[in-house]
Amino acid sequence: MACIEARGLRKAYRNTVALDGVDLRVEEGRILGLIGPNGAGKSTALMAMLGLTSYEGELKVLGRNPWTERDQLMRDVCFIADVAVLPRWLRVTEALDYVEGVHPRFDRAKAEGFLTGTTIKRTSRVRELSKGMVTQLHLALIMAIDAKLLVLDEPTLGLDLLYRRQFYDSLLNDYFDRSRTIVVTTHQVEEVQHILTDVVFLDRGRVVLEASMEDIEVRYLEVAVGPDQLAAARALQPVHERSGLGRSFLIFDGADRARLAELGEVRTPSLADIFVARMPQGTAA
Amino acid sequence: MTSASNTMSEQPAAQGAAPAVLPWRRLFYWSVRRELWENRAIYLAPLVMGGVALIGVMLSTLALPRVLRAVARGDAKHTEALMGAHSFVAVAIMITGLFVALFYCLSALHSERRDRSILFWKSLPVSDLMTVLSKAAIPIAVTPVVTFALIVAAQVVIYIWSTIVTVLSGNSPTLYWSHVHLGLMWTALPYGLVVNALWQAPIYAWFLLVSAWARRVPILWAMGVAVVPAVIERGAFSSAHIAHFLSERFFGGFGEAFSIGGKGEKPIHEFSQIDPLRTFSSPELWGGLIVAAAFLAAAVWLRRRREPI
Repeated sequence: MACIEARGLRKAYRNTVALDGVDLRVEEGRILGLIGPNGAGKSTALMAMLGLTSYEGELKVLGRNPWTERDQLMRDVCFIADVAVLPRWLRVTEALDYVEGVHPRFDRAKAEGFLTGTTIKRTSRVRELSKGMVTQLHLALIMAIDAKLLVLDEPTLGLDLLYRRQFYDSLLNDYFDRSRTIVVTTHQVEEVQHILTDVVFLDRGRVVLEASMEDIEVRYLEVAVGPDQLAAARALQPVHERSGLGRSFLIFDGADRARLAELGEVRTPSLADIFVARMPQGTAA
Repeated sequence: MTSASNTMSEQPAAQGAAPAVLPWRRLFYWSVRRELWENRAIYLAPLVMGGVALIGVMLSTLALPRVLRAVARGDAKHTEALMGAHSFVAVAIMITGLFVALFYCLSALHSERRDRSILFWKSLPVSDLMTVLSKAAIPIAVTPVVTFALIVAAQVVIYIWSTIVTVLSGNSPTLYWSHVHLGLMWTALPYGLVVNALWQAPIYAWFLLVSAWARRVPILWAMGVAVVPAVIERGAFSSAHIAHFLSERFFGGFGEAFSIGGKGEKPIHEFSQIDPLRTFSSPELWGGLIVAAAFLAAAVWLRRRREPI
């Protein structure tokens, strides 16, 4: 069964259309990156999946309608909707006590274990912690919950590079196993690409690309060509072209690798490059 | 879309180790504890005010030997003063509790939206209904219990202190003891506090609803909706029915509990005149509770749907 399944998902606010007919399918055990420029509808899509906003169209998360069955859904779903939403008055010990008190799947020893690796004091209040420490605390709480689906909305926004690295390493090594599903949105494509199994590009409320990382590696190729080969390369219909250091870099979707290799050096483009290539002109952030 | 909604719950729980659902009592307990962590004023403010009132009363016992001599002569005014010290401390604690409860209700569902922490609370399996009920339990259940405990503690201190002062001044404490009837007070007080909390329930529920709804300054909305019609009525008809109705709701709880026929018009003179059966069958009390339930239901509905500010 699919963990998340959306068909014709639509959400309109008073003046804007945030989601304009999104079709999406996320299988169990995948790590999906939801990527798009500001205002693409990423957060709205997550809010809909978490039952935090109403929507039109069909949406099932773990087989449930998130809007009408939110209370049941939240037993199996966990999320970090935003950095710095832990209440500032909360003490670290209180946070542990409370989550242990209300969550049937919270493993306190595990959370304590994550915290041991940090400099967070148990008696501190959230307002006394640095932004990075608050994220570490939030992640320690969330990762100690045995949830089927974890949703992360820009979880590393405003964090130092060091914390961002730690965050994703920790997520991959200490949390993820094949029975869990993770959905993450972010601006920092480079930092998540090595952990993702699937990727969805959103733009202006629509899905521009939905593919697994294996597909991406097979489909997309980038070739670096000198000026003499440029015309020949262009003839093969690249989806994107940029130039630098006297060479041109052309990205192809579904081109023949051997043919490209005759023109220049071929490599798999980064997710960020593909993102830029697939965004309609002028929208890529 | 909703037809296949229960397919998940029919599957066996993964791993089967932890129960999928915790008993509501446990969720409620932790939700209330959470409120007390955040809002320590719920018990600290009445405690401090009780302490301040207690200091005043203890200073007044300098005059206690003189008062007791007057009581021995049969002076009624001084006899009342003996019990008055105990009532004074009780009223100080009760009024503080009332104001803290009102301010608590105004911020309870507002501050979590303002600081976006609602997104954290909503990431845990605690329903909006449970959250709103646990918040409503603070003014309606927790504050009365805190108030009663603090009043009893303060009165015990006054009683012992007065006894010591009396003995040290060379008098027998039996005269003091024979005029101070704390046992009766402690029997009647819980009843009065319960009736009062239920009587004021629609006010608390209204404040909670406003705090779930208002984007800014909930206090203005909460008070405005009450005050504006009262002012208009006063200006238009020179009458004060709305104002009277509101102040009755606000301050009338004890009058309801401790008067003959309710409404506080004819105060009772002895405890045998207390009539719980009449109080608890009063249509005004029940009408208020129904309105309170409607306000709370609306607050649950709003918390379910509204996004952070």
